Amino acid sequence: MAVPPLAHLMLSALLFTLGMIGVLVRRSALIVFMSIELMLNAVNLSLVTFARVRGNVDGQVLVFFVLVVAAVEVVVGLAIIVNIYRSRQTVDIDDVDLLRG
Amino acid sequence: MTRTLAALIPLLPLAGWIANGLWGGRLGRRAVAVIACGTVGAASVAAALLFWRVETAPGALSRVDLYRWFGAGTVQVAFRLLVDPLSIAMALVVCGVGFLIHVYSVGYMDEDPGFARYFAYLNLFMAAMLTLVLAGNLVVMFIGWEGVGLCSYLLIAFWFTRPAAAAAGVKAFLVTRLGDVGFLLGIFLAFGLFGTTDFTVMTQEAARRLALGGGAATALALLLFAGAVGKSAQLPLYVWLPDAMEGPTPVSALIHAATMVTAGVYMIVRLHAVFLRAPFAMDLVAAVGAITAIFAAACALVEPDLKRVLAYSTISQLGYMFLAVGVGAFGAGIFHLTSHAFFKALLFLAAGSVMHALHGETDMRHMGGLARRLPRTAGAFAIGALALAGIPPLSGFFSKDLILAEAFRAHIWLWVVGVAGAGLTSIYIVRAFALTFLGGSMRNLGEGAHDPPPVMDAPMRLLAGLTVVGGALGWSFTHPGVLERFLQPVIAEGATLVPRGGSGAGEAALVAASLLIAVAGIAVSWRMYVRRTLRLGSPWLSNLLRHQFYVETVYAAVVVGPARALARTAAAADRSVIDAAVVGVARSIGRAGQSLRGLQTGYLTHYAAFILIGAILLLVFWVSR
Repeated sequence: MAVPPLAHLMLSALLFTLGMIGVLVRRSALIVFMSIELMLNAVNLSLVTFARVRGNVDGQVLVFFVLVVAAVEVVVGLAIIVNIYRSRQTVDIDDVDLLRG
Repeated sequence: MTRTLAALIPLLPLAGWIANGLWGGRLGRRAVAVIACGTVGAASVAAALLFWRVETAPGALSRVDLYRWFGAGTVQVAFRLLVDPLSIAMALVVCGVGFLIHVYSVGYMDEDPGFARYFAYLNLFMAAMLTLVLAGNLVVMFIGWEGVGLCSYLLIAFWFTRPAAAAAGVKAFLVTRLGDVGFLLGIFLAFGLFGTTDFTVMTQEAARRLALGGGAATALALLLFAGAVGKSAQLPLYVWLPDAMEGPTPVSALIHAATMVTAGVYMIVRLHAVFLRAPFAMDLVAAVGAITAIFAAACALVEPDLKRVLAYSTISQLGYMFLAVGVGAFGAGIFHLTSHAFFKALLFLAAGSVMHALHGETDMRHMGGLARRLPRTAGAFAIGALALAGIPPLSGFFSKDLILAEAFRAHIWLWVVGVAGAGLTSIYIVRAFALTFLGGSMRNLGEGAHDPPPVMDAPMRLLAGLTVVGGALGWSFTHPGVLERFLQPVIAEGATLVPRGGSGAGEAALVAASLLIAVAGIAVSWRMYVRRTLRLGSPWLSNLLRHQFYVETVYAAVVVGPARALARTAAAADRSVIDAAVVGVARSIGRAGQSLRGLQTGYLTHYAAFILIGAILLLVFWVSR
């Protein structure tokens, strides 16, 4: 039996909101990072859904790009987090406020 | 050859300036002195060689184009030097007197910490003055004209830590600048009228391009004369020269007596062809000269400061020179310029020796009886004083007499004023001599006073010699004299307004009259200040003279006061309007930034929230559209 596309989109919206809340409220850099991944994959899910609804592969192609970019972003982001930890002995993002005006 | 020599004359002192200015602090005093005197001495030799070339090839006029300076369309200005009898005679005077004063300065400035700076300025002055003298067009002359003004400022304010000296320097600079505005406008007008400012072209074309007595000629002559009035300290712009005595005394001798202040006379003689086309301007020149001559001589009568007496005397003698050129006696003007350079430099150097002996004292009320302690200085001063008073056979007699004779031919009143000024001249200079060198000893001053060292003595002796024999330059039973014959190629036949060759008897009577006045002045002064048996004048008169006829007071009220008020208003307006606008803009931007600063918390969460809010707002915008 086929799950209706609307359910997919609602799941996607739910995941996106969860990720967004994670980004906004969590203080650990790793958790924030994971939340961002969650948001990206929520978008991926909606893209795949739209591809299916429309009956072509455009959305799926876009998902591959997002995955690649997400992988690259993981490399860079983790490197930044590791470096922050090395220099400050913390990964709490509220402790990293050098840009305060 | 001529080209090289002509270029070398100003360039040698310029090289001395560069050397002493850049490395003077590291060179020893001896090296500085050798460079300064050596370059000027070498320039003197070059001038003498050039003089010899001009003398052996009479009538030879050579224009030396060093390079093309600037050009625009038809206006082409070359850096041009003009070598002719007039410029070379003037260059010889400048170099000769300048060299002697450089040597004298070595002794005078011996203990001054600014030794190298002093000689650098002095060399720069020589370079500028020689540029002025040898200039082949008005624009090049203007370089020298402003250059000597700059050096005058620098040297008057040489002891810049003294407020009086600094103020005097500024005053000299500003007052001469007033005249220079006219001079600069005159240069522009000359460009407009002639298309060039080349002296030879202007001389040749003056008769063709300028209508006799026409507005153009009069305007040009008056504008140029304005520059001369400022530079040569004539009425009404004389006020800077007495204050200029704040500078070192050799500077007063060189710049403010012998050379720079005569630049105005030289310029008028140089452009006499233009001035002759404007009879009104010529009359004005003569009148200003005559009035200045007697005015400054009267001011010198009561001046208590030795150097300021000499300053007024310089103004007065410059007045005689303007009187001479104003009546068309250009040769006589240059002759008096030359003899005045000798005897006034001598007087200043003698005054400098007195100051040197008395540790800077210039107030004659504190002096007296110095003849016993400074016999050689007193002798030098006496020779200069007698030459100034016009006693034969000293040079001042011949030159002043020549001027008075020419003035008599032009107008009887010019002669009367001139002769009266001559009488005052002998009174004030004998007074200065008597108060300084004769009479009772002074109090507590001059205990160890003695004649100056040889390095200062020798220039005085040479100048005294020149003062004695200098009259030979112009002396002759029949006009013109040696100097005038030498200048003949430049000051062409018929240049004088008045036909030459009066009767011999009339000539003799004039000579006798002026000699009589001079001797009478000396006698009066002798009885007043040496014997003290004669008392003249009233408190009212002496008060008037002591305040220089209140000219400075009037200037202070009419010019200086309003100018200062305007300056204060402008300064206040600048602060409260222009500065306030600029500062206000900057401050409001700063305040805006300050208030926006709170947004930059540095917390990643907040930035994420802003992005979210922004995204939601965008969504709302798109959806609701």
